[in-house]
Amino acid sequence: MAFSNEQLERYSRHIILKEIGVKGQKKLLNARVLIIGAGGLGAPAAMYLAAAGVGTIGIADADEVDLSNLQRQIIHATDDVGKPKVQSAQETMNKMNPDVTVNTYHEFVTSENILELIKDYDFIIDGTDNFPAKFLINDACVMAKKPFSHAGIIRFKGQLMTYVPGQGPCYRCVFKNPPPKDAVPTCKQAGVVGAMGGVIGSLQAMEAIKYITGVGELLTGSLLTFDAIRMNFHKVKLPKADGHCAVCGTEPTITKLIDYEQAECDGV
Amino acid sequence: MAEYQINDTVDITDVNCPVTFVKAKVALDELEEGEVLRVHMNGGEPADNVPRSLKEEGHDILDLIGNADGTYDLIVRKVGD
Repeated sequence: MAFSNEQLERYSRHIILKEIGVKGQKKLLNARVLIIGAGGLGAPAAMYLAAAGVGTIGIADADEVDLSNLQRQIIHATDDVGKPKVQSAQETMNKMNPDVTVNTYHEFVTSENILELIKDYDFIIDGTDNFPAKFLINDACVMAKKPFSHAGIIRFKGQLMTYVPGQGPCYRCVFKNPPPKDAVPTCKQAGVVGAMGGVIGSLQAMEAIKYITGVGELLTGSLLTFDAIRMNFHKVKLPKADGHCAVCGTEPTITKLIDYEQAECDGV
Repeated sequence: MAEYQINDTVDITDVNCPVTFVKAKVALDELEEGEVLRVHMNGGEPADNVPRSLKEEGHDILDLIGNADGTYDLIVRKVGD
């Protein structure tokens, strides 16, 4: 595939980089990333990946844009209120970069459809706002041997980690099981600073770009936490995958996907 | 003057900085190690910067030939893959 002058100009800041260059940009254009959740995390992640020229971006979300989303979900605009989030996200990405094919999935991600959704993608971004979805994405990615970026945000705090099959612990190795329903406030109840989605969702896009281009070290085996009040990032080394995990261990007890009961919540 | 045989030519007079360097870099990427590229460029900024940037990437600059019309031909040998 030869670059047009327009593409050379669009991606010049990538191609100039020794670590990315021509080969890396071609990898990005040939890559397929699925973003689950077009909310606070998914919005910036999708926009940076579209801008970067990730050739195929899938976006899954069952919700419609609500006025209360716009404080942080920057892929949607005021005129988009009432539209399916995946449609609004697709329109924004198409406007940003015509090189990108956007596939939309206007549906809840469940144990029934997740394996089919992720199977054609190289990397998955968990931009969801609830524990049942996070465990579902983890378990499905472990079973299907797909790398993914986990992240969560609440109030002034955020965290993320990356799972690559065979290269470190999975989300369930670290967090075991969802907390009891209502033990942890949802971000609707607790609030979140909009820019937190920008910080953490952009880091998820960075992990996807690094995975695709093979540059540098990923957050495999580490959890990165961010506390905006103290303005501290901490990279916490995680225990190695010890083979006893219920899903990624050598004798897994979870061999079928689980739809945990979901606490009332509404958009990251 | 260095002895060389030119394997390919790229014209970067139709683009501006930093796409000048990017276009040259993309053309070099298509070549095999040791092959030689002629980069046809305008004088001024491209002639000042493109040879330096390609040298920083590790390639061998063999020649920079000034043409009568004010353009330049940079002759560069690809190093590394």
